[in-house]
Amino acid sequence: MEFFHEPKIDWMGKKWYFIGLSLVLLVAGLVSIGLRRGLVYGIDFRGGTLVYVKFSRAPDLDAIRSELKRVNLGGATIQRYGPATDNEVIIGLDVGTTASTDALDAGKRAIVGALAGLYGAGPSGKVDFNNASSQTVAEHLVAADPLRLASKGSEEALRAYRELAATLVEFRNTPPHSGLLADFQELRSVPGVTSAVLEALQKDFYLSQYAVRNTEVVGPKVGGDLRRQALYVTLAGLAAMLVYIWFRFELIYGVAAVIAIFHDVLITLGIFTLLNKEISLTVIAALLTLVGYSMNDTIVVFDRVRENLRLGKRDNFVDLVNRSINQTLSRTILTSGLTFLAVLSLYLFGGEVIHGFALALVIGVIIGTYSSIAIASPILVFLYQRVGQNRIGVKPRVVERGAAGARG
Amino acid sequence: MEIRIRNRVIIIAVVLVLCILGIICYPANEQEIIGFPRTFQRLKENVRNRIRLGLDLSGGTHLVLQVQVEDAINVTVDLAQERLRDELHAKGIPASVEKKKENGRIFLLITGVPQDKTNDLQTLAAEQFPDWDLTRRAGDPLARELSLKASAAAAIRTQALEQSRNTIRNRIDQLGVTEPTIADYGGQTDYELVVQLPGVDDPSRVKDIIQSTAMLTLKIVQDGPYSSREAALAAHGGILPPDSELLPGRRETSGEGQGVEAWYLVSRIAAVTGRDLRDARPGPDENGRPSVNFNLTRDGAVRFGRVTGQNVGKQLAIILDNRVVSAPVIQSQITDSGRITGSFTPQQAADLALVLRSGALPASIKYLEERTVGPSLGADSIRHGVVASIVGLLAVMGFMFAYYRGAGINANLALILNMIMLVAVLGYFGAVLTLPGIAGVILTVGMGVDTNVLIFERIREELRLGKTVGAAVAGGFEHAFVTVIDTHVTTIVSALILFTFGTGPIRGFAVTLTIGLLANLFASVFVSRVLFDYVLAKRGKGEAISI
Repeated sequence: MEFFHEPKIDWMGKKWYFIGLSLVLLVAGLVSIGLRRGLVYGIDFRGGTLVYVKFSRAPDLDAIRSELKRVNLGGATIQRYGPATDNEVIIGLDVGTTASTDALDAGKRAIVGALAGLYGAGPSGKVDFNNASSQTVAEHLVAADPLRLASKGSEEALRAYRELAATLVEFRNTPPHSGLLADFQELRSVPGVTSAVLEALQKDFYLSQYAVRNTEVVGPKVGGDLRRQALYVTLAGLAAMLVYIWFRFELIYGVAAVIAIFHDVLITLGIFTLLNKEISLTVIAALLTLVGYSMNDTIVVFDRVRENLRLGKRDNFVDLVNRSINQTLSRTILTSGLTFLAVLSLYLFGGEVIHGFALALVIGVIIGTYSSIAIASPILVFLYQRVGQNRIGVKPRVVERGAAGARG
Repeated sequence: MEIRIRNRVIIIAVVLVLCILGIICYPANEQEIIGFPRTFQRLKENVRNRIRLGLDLSGGTHLVLQVQVEDAINVTVDLAQERLRDELHAKGIPASVEKKKENGRIFLLITGVPQDKTNDLQTLAAEQFPDWDLTRRAGDPLARELSLKASAAAAIRTQALEQSRNTIRNRIDQLGVTEPTIADYGGQTDYELVVQLPGVDDPSRVKDIIQSTAMLTLKIVQDGPYSSREAALAAHGGILPPDSELLPGRRETSGEGQGVEAWYLVSRIAAVTGRDLRDARPGPDENGRPSVNFNLTRDGAVRFGRVTGQNVGKQLAIILDNRVVSAPVIQSQITDSGRITGSFTPQQAADLALVLRSGALPASIKYLEERTVGPSLGADSIRHGVVASIVGLLAVMGFMFAYYRGAGINANLALILNMIMLVAVLGYFGAVLTLPGIAGVILTVGMGVDTNVLIFERIREELRLGKTVGAAVAGGFEHAFVTVIDTHVTTIVSALILFTFGTGPIRGFAVTLTIGLLANLFASVFVSRVLFDYVLAKRGKGEAISI
């Protein structure tokens, strides 16, 4: 199979269309960032409280909202996430909502308290099975000893009940339950569960209608520190790339590649803002990966440019760049397509936690591939023609490893 | 040629076997060296032990806290103030010493020194306070400022951080959390620690235990209790007697009540402090209520015996973090052991004993960040990650086969080997797998085949130029090699920067991506080449290859 058979596309002739398209994307992104007065920061950078709650049936958001208002958390945001059938909600508080003198987790405690108030805290003395750890379940089982294992020795009993507790908790945690049981009878299908076990569980535990699955509390200092750090680290990444390419090629290649990557990062940030997606710590990680990936793609083209220059055909540089892009086009499309498949699968199946990260990679793979042809190459041509082709472009002294023999 | 291929196949086989053993074997105890799994159950256990899961997958708590190191500086300055007063008194230099804080700088202001004694003060400071600087105060020719040298202050801060780290580790270890992580965090001057507690999904108790300063002092009560601070002051004509201080606490009223607010006038000097403790254990008191029993070190016991012997009939205040928790009457001389009672629950008594055993914190603690991942979310994330990995892998492999046919099989074998090596290296180095780490695996799949694609496209080009199959394969590998190195280096550089910058989950991503790319160099360049050579050697020179 082959997609392109020796393509002869005049990429450089179309450079103004590409540059125009990039400018439109850049301006749209920057305007959107400007209108919002900054990026949409996630909790990592903004500071605040997030509580992820899963309900056993569709939650009444208005009731939750008014209960939160009653405990002076009127500023809280309530947002459903994931598929509607999962009944999952994120309750968020901005860092300013809780006074700075309060303990860091005051907001979280208040939210959890409000939920308990709304849905009932359960019978006193009983433990919530939906929020219990395997350790807790095991302790209660050992105490109740529903399987009459104590006669076999306490060690043996402890081991057996630990295993049973682990199976029970795993059953609760795996889909379709995902951390919430509505009825103890559901546990009947778990191997090793007898009526006595169920009875013992029901005696010590109750089942709440919601489970707090995840909480994040980030103080204001951490948010500010991370924002600064993320900026430095992205710039450090770009600088490291520039130095590497300078060392391996020539300065103008490095400059062209770094401008293209800057373009990629800005457009990706712009698209995130346009889509109203939050910039979290993992999104920054994805951006840095995008820096590496885009550089990767650009280098493949530049490597070919360098090789063609060394072959010494005296054609003009524009044709040479066109030829280099066309020679590597098949590889570029194929690799990007495959990487795109991989990150698309991450986006579609990777789950809610990693959604922003996967989205940044999906956008990044497309933009990164596009920019190495449409942005990096025209800039290289421009710099080459400006700075002077006589001096720069190829180091004849350097004999590449392995290349000498094959060329003969 | 044949021997060369055979040797390379042997190398590959050895690597493959080592990797697979690395994944499935895990010595469960000291006797076992390899820990080869003989049952399926054991296989599952071994793999689970080998691949350590990050907090986001296993569930647990992640805390970032800041040690308020200025507390330690404050204490040092307080002690110096006392010492300086004594020294000045001993040397007969009349002066008043005052603790001051200006523009965030903390120092001792010395005033009232007569002109002819300033040289004596200079000598005293140089001899007795080598870690301090004595300077003139701007605008007042006779006043002096005594401030800690920058190097000494830095040493105190660093020591406070270290001591806090050790104390917190002690406390967490005693709580029985499995495999906790306590490490420095942030910049050098941030004095921050990150604490990770796998399996802990309700952090409030752990947080309280970490946070409690647990400064225990036992002091003789001189007067009181009073119902309020004002009442205590009024009883002494508005001025406290020398060497005494007022501390708040609770006085138990008859019965089980919470008691009422009470203020005690106690000696400034402690009979014993938390440092004199040898051990502290929870246990019931004579009425069966929860309390903490403690034993003193030999030195502590001597001092305690002397003080209690002299003060029989008086009250002894048991002070925790500057609050009087109880003030029993000394019935007779006590030497090496005692008991702290108060209105504790059994849990509170156990926690108090724990923090007393593990030592006091030299500075207070402020929480900056708290993340808790429930176990069910972790399980969900694992499932999502595994599904996404398998779908991504199958999509890429299916495509490679459809596009390159025979060579696609070659690339897919290299890809599978890459995955095996990646998992094995994670296991061998005890690296932690996180959800972004799984994303790194998926990204490795996408970027890993890039090497194969680069090489295969080059081989196709060489074939198009009319080269023989052998020459085309050799040329393809050799030409693509330079590009492959460049692309790998740039990506690994960005991964390394991520590693140094990120924490927890993001580090996991950088680690898997780096290992994956390194493994890819071996799999897609070396192994893939051997596979080609092997096929070519079997077929004879003239035949075409499937690419």
